[in-house]
Amino acid sequence: MAVTSIDTGMAERSNARGLRSDERLERWRLFGLSSPALLIVLVILLIPTGWLFFVSFIGADGSYSLENYERMITRRSYARIFQTTFQVSLLTTGLCILIGYPLAYFMSQLPTRWANLCLITVLLPFWTSLLVRTYAWLVLLQRQGLVNEWGMTLGLWQEPLRLVHNMNGTLIGMVHIMLPFLILPVYGGMRAIDRDYLKAAANLGASPARAFWTVFFPLSTPGLFAGALMVFILCLGFFVTPAILGGGRVILVSMQIVSNIELFVNWGAASALGVVLLVLTMMVLWIASRFVRLEQMTGGGAR
Amino acid sequence: MSDVKQDALPITVRGVTKTYGKVFALDDVSLDVRSGEFLTLLGPSGSGKTTLLMVLAGFTRPDRGSLKFGETEMIRKPPHLRDLGMVFQNYALFPHMTVAGNVGYPLKLRGVSKTEMASRVERALETVQLGGYGDRGIEQLSGGQKQRVALARSIVFEPRILLMDEPLSALDKKLRDRMQIELRHLHEKLGMTTVYVTHDQREALTMSDRIAVVNHGRIMQLATPQELYEQPANKFVADFIGDSTFLEVTRQGDTYVAAGVPLRTNRKIPDTRDLLLMLRPERVSLLEGDPGEANVFDATVSELVYQGESFLLYARLQDGTELSVRGAMRAGTFQTLPSLGDPVKLTLDPADTVLIEGGEG
Amino acid sequence: MIGWFGSPASETQITHGQRLWLYITSVITMILLVLPTFIVIPMSFSDSQYLEFPPQTWSTRWYQSYFNSPEWMRATSTSLKAATLTMLVATPIGVLAAYGLHASKLPYLRIAFVLLITPMMVPVVLIAIGAFYAYVKLQILYTMTGLVLAHTLLAIPLVVIVTGSALKTYDMNQENAARSLGAPRWKAFLTITLPQIKFAVIVSGLLAFLTSFDEVVIAMFISGGDNPTLTRNMFNALRDQIDPTIASISTLMIVLTTALMAIAVLAGRAGRTKDSG
Repeated sequence: MAVTSIDTGMAERSNARGLRSDERLERWRLFGLSSPALLIVLVILLIPTGWLFFVSFIGADGSYSLENYERMITRRSYARIFQTTFQVSLLTTGLCILIGYPLAYFMSQLPTRWANLCLITVLLPFWTSLLVRTYAWLVLLQRQGLVNEWGMTLGLWQEPLRLVHNMNGTLIGMVHIMLPFLILPVYGGMRAIDRDYLKAAANLGASPARAFWTVFFPLSTPGLFAGALMVFILCLGFFVTPAILGGGRVILVSMQIVSNIELFVNWGAASALGVVLLVLTMMVLWIASRFVRLEQMTGGGAR
Repeated sequence: MSDVKQDALPITVRGVTKTYGKVFALDDVSLDVRSGEFLTLLGPSGSGKTTLLMVLAGFTRPDRGSLKFGETEMIRKPPHLRDLGMVFQNYALFPHMTVAGNVGYPLKLRGVSKTEMASRVERALETVQLGGYGDRGIEQLSGGQKQRVALARSIVFEPRILLMDEPLSALDKKLRDRMQIELRHLHEKLGMTTVYVTHDQREALTMSDRIAVVNHGRIMQLATPQELYEQPANKFVADFIGDSTFLEVTRQGDTYVAAGVPLRTNRKIPDTRDLLLMLRPERVSLLEGDPGEANVFDATVSELVYQGESFLLYARLQDGTELSVRGAMRAGTFQTLPSLGDPVKLTLDPADTVLIEGGEG
Repeated sequence: MIGWFGSPASETQITHGQRLWLYITSVITMILLVLPTFIVIPMSFSDSQYLEFPPQTWSTRWYQSYFNSPEWMRATSTSLKAATLTMLVATPIGVLAAYGLHASKLPYLRIAFVLLITPMMVPVVLIAIGAFYAYVKLQILYTMTGLVLAHTLLAIPLVVIVTGSALKTYDMNQENAARSLGAPRWKAFLTITLPQIKFAVIVSGLLAFLTSFDEVVIAMFISGGDNPTLTRNMFNALRDQIDPTIASISTLMIVLTTALMAIAVLAGRAGRTKDSG
């Protein structure tokens, strides 16, 4: 095929250079379309975060020091804050799985039309203001609130229970807020499971329970893992709901950061806490990224 | 639209190469498409035929090479400046526009006035036998109708070159057969240089003036359908087009021998050491009476298949190679055929004794 | 009814009766997802300071206290302005980014995608104090510009994800077809691609709006002085005591959200019926 005259051969060679630069130019031009978005991320997120990192190594007297990090290790209160943060995050994630997985499974078994209807009950809170939902729980769970009133009317308990301004309230509110983040990716993953697998399992002699645990459940774990990871990550940095429903008794890292700045105007301490929180978050993501495609985590928001 | 004919452009491809990593999708391809010709790029999936079409259309940028429409170098022109019609595999109709909106789209881009646009759109729709369908929505159309709309959209602006990427692959067989004939007529009427991509050899044989068989990013053979079938350039082409079995050929002095039989042939013999005898099932027959000049192979019947309009008989030669014989069937024919295990004599006319180059080329 | 209990419910021949527990817990979960929020609506019309349910005397006094307060009104208008601007900035920027990432074949795309969704992963408190620092340097602290930029940062991941997933299911051959018919790439995008991912773009815009409107933590740091946002004021009010005015504001916000969701659904339906009309 290579029977070309000398001058066309030269034309091809010069075309090669032109074509290469055209290709590069086109790719960069298309890539350039994302540059405004990347610029905003750079200026408002990446550079300031770098600065926080820097500030965290400056002590009260203005010189380089590790005192902000030392304080975290030596003071018991800080250890407790990190412990609480992880405890709340783990509990919330666990409760979300326990409550959300069956619902997602239920919806995945319904015909699409009905499932979409049920999905609205998940999407509606997803879209509703976080603050409004937190407020609603505050009203419901307070001492003279609806839950206590009904519970006592029904004779379930005699004295008003302390349901809010403590760990209980915090967990109830956070689970409610986080559930959609778990349900949506889990449901999406379940919908994608080919039902023929279950038929095959049944055909091969598996009991319904066995077919579920050996076929369906393993196939649904990527979605479950993605959803749980999303919930856990969001919980680690959560602020509004615990601040309101915790009533000062549940102190998470992000709340400590805010009070370090608002009350003590101690940027160094706040930055060090922030850096540790960020590093922990990134570590969780990094470990998780070996088991799950991070893009999948966002599957929920995309629906 | 009859004046399009004189405007058709030849396409000249020279040394086009496209690599993905270390894989050659196109390996130094050169090709001349004559003005007004219907040329088909035929090959298995992954052969590079679609890549070549996409290079012509401007959607794939090759690493190097030259592409001319007439005398104009096009290789670096973006797709929208190439002024060619293209029909996509899944039609790529715009679902948010009506049929008329789709067909009128290229005219709108070219600043054609509203009244002229309406009449040209209607004329194009009539050409594809969809006159009066302008107001329909795309979702209301059947597969065949979508195909016609896509065609109307790609010819309405009277491009001088038309590219088609497996346009019939989504249609059922009956409709496909009819559309093949229709496309052929349309091409005769409009006369634009047409490059057509398919993996269906029958489609290629039915429609094309010439066929380029593509494999591994190279053109294996460029010839008329008849040449391609009768005298394939190599084993790949022979295998890809039509059914065939092959016997190794050895040379003993001046004679060529296959399966122990010295061959008589009046075909041209390729000038190479590595030769194969190509046997098409419909050109091999069961011996009845005097073989005359024909080459005769002794074999045993190993399988007999009833296929309605024809029968297919498999017979094993002494060396174990299996040949097949296809014959037309009339009432009662099947009963007269030999049964399993019977010895048979298979004959091959010297005119059908085709020696080809071995290897994949 | 009895027959239904015994009828098979899935491919594995488990019966509806055996699965009753699943149905019951699922329905309870769905009720608990929706109801707590909506119970605020009747309560907001209660005359009492303690927000009874059901209210013994109905009243609109908490709505009056909201609409008659210049402070709440100013905060509301700040929030609406910020949310609208965020929507107008984040949507085009995010859609362009999603399209660029989808169409370009550069090898660094994954990194770019990860960068664009980091604002979703980084604790919002960090973004807030980081933005505070950056705005001091850029001298846009306590300005509308600063607020909108920070909220745009939060909205970008949502727009990129929603639009990006719409592009994934969109047949790019249509854009190629338009280009082969003579449209330059930008025109092919505007006339062919954009109308077909319209629904996702509208949803992205609404999410951007809600993200900004609902945001508390960043606003705490960078919207101060004369320009606090509605949610910032609500948050501060909630930390102190349960002001029933918040119930009326919450009701209005629920109405707003529901209206926006309805718009999204209608936009989706309009997009679909237009094809066949």
